[in-house]
Amino acid sequence: MSRLKIAIVDYDLGNTYSVKNALQYLGYKVDICSCQKKIEKSDFIILPGVGSFKRAMESIQRKNLDKILGELVIVKKKPILGICVGMQVLGDFSEEDGYCEGLGWINGAKVKKIDPIDDLTTPHVGWNSLNIKNASIGFSKIDASSHFYFDHSYAMNCQNSNVTSTSEYGGTKITASIQQENIFGVQFHPEKSQNAGLKLLRGLLERTEVLNA
Amino acid sequence: MHRNRVIATVILKNNIVVQSIGFAKYLPVGNLKIALEFLTLWGVDEIVVVDIDASKSMRSICYDLIKESARKCFVPLTVGGGINCLNDAKKLGQSGADKILLNNLLIQNPEEVKNIVRYFGKQFVIASIDVLLNDSGEYCVYDYFNKKPLKTSVESHMNFVQQLGVGEMILNAVHRDGTYSGYDISLYNKFEPFATVPLIAQGGAKNANSMLELFEKTKVKSAAAANYFHFTEHSVNVTKSILHNKNKNVRIESAADYLGAKIDSNMRLNKLEDDVLEKLLFEKIEIEKI
Repeated sequence: MSRLKIAIVDYDLGNTYSVKNALQYLGYKVDICSCQKKIEKSDFIILPGVGSFKRAMESIQRKNLDKILGELVIVKKKPILGICVGMQVLGDFSEEDGYCEGLGWINGAKVKKIDPIDDLTTPHVGWNSLNIKNASIGFSKIDASSHFYFDHSYAMNCQNSNVTSTSEYGGTKITASIQQENIFGVQFHPEKSQNAGLKLLRGLLERTEVLNA
Repeated sequence: MHRNRVIATVILKNNIVVQSIGFAKYLPVGNLKIALEFLTLWGVDEIVVVDIDASKSMRSICYDLIKESARKCFVPLTVGGGINCLNDAKKLGQSGADKILLNNLLIQNPEEVKNIVRYFGKQFVIASIDVLLNDSGEYCVYDYFNKKPLKTSVESHMNFVQQLGVGEMILNAVHRDGTYSGYDISLYNKFEPFATVPLIAQGGAKNANSMLELFEKTKVKSAAAANYFHFTEHSVNVTKSILHNKNKNVRIESAADYLGAKIDSNMRLNKLEDDVLEKLLFEKIEIEKI
């Protein structure tokens, strides 16, 4: 059992139980919470995501999480992982449901509708392989041929220097994961990507443990 | 590379996993938790759990059962049955569901479906459409709740649910349910052009050949099966290895992939030669540590 404490941010959206379940299986202490005290005490924050961008931002603001998380992540540099829409809200804005502003933590990141060139339909749902650009960050334990589970209609465009892996769907390139200092994001669902996903979570969390030691 | 999906459907009746035959007869299979754990280990791409008496008995699905059963399920889990409102959907998200499956609600309360989609996004909702081939050889939408066909055509029902904003559709061939006669290829060829979201075929799968035929003869990229996965050892990995060897673009990530195994005409594994088995006795296979 690792000593690392993980806070899964509860903003009424998403498959919080699945994320908790995966982390508990890996032996971490996990709390699903939205109060400042508990998030503050954690070593690693996860912003899970199954939901629409607009609802996600509304919930985050209603629960004052933009300020709470902003202080911890931007000022105190606590590591955070955003999953799916939890990654997208880290960007400047999304085109989903018209136009909606995000947290604006990833420089110049915009969320736009996926537009497959081939006759493939959206959402981009199912298992896809990755083109890993930076293996040192979280991907150290992962085979290049591994697949991850995606389920989304919108994807993030951001600076190349922040992109750690991409995926390909219907002839278009999709940002699969990002990093900017202590901020991590994955478009796919590591909690639901069988062993490959669990290994990714392990890689990220072990890195945090090393840095904390 | 984006892969074709092999999906296992698990049918629950009285909180027990059952085999369904023609939506009329049910045989007990066993415990949900074990089914989800094994299907995950065998490398299935997704699992759909449907509680078939929840709606009819006017009750919710047993959230605690889903919670407990999902503990070792590390592939996407879709849950359906007895979902009447946004609140039910939220509770499922907190109980281990990654997506929800709607059928009756699409017909009874389309406005609430829109609310769920607005809240969770379209990727969270799969529409289940039961299609029946009637005596005059026409496809119709079957309303299992009232046990009669709907007046609306299959294509207009598909358009209707897509306008509600669902993210995927399962076209379930009721007339093939539990028959082991393969997917209804003409059904999928007829209605696939009306799908603007990913389509999943279900009903009639017997073995890997059924899925091969589906992927070869139609544009459908996702195959769901219920019954046959329960009754043969390592059914999912064997199926996927056969599909892979025929270049059917599936994900192979199970510890036992069977890519070099001998398969008989029923698509089942052949026993290994005695001398191979003898050697295996002394081979230590480490469990992968994550």
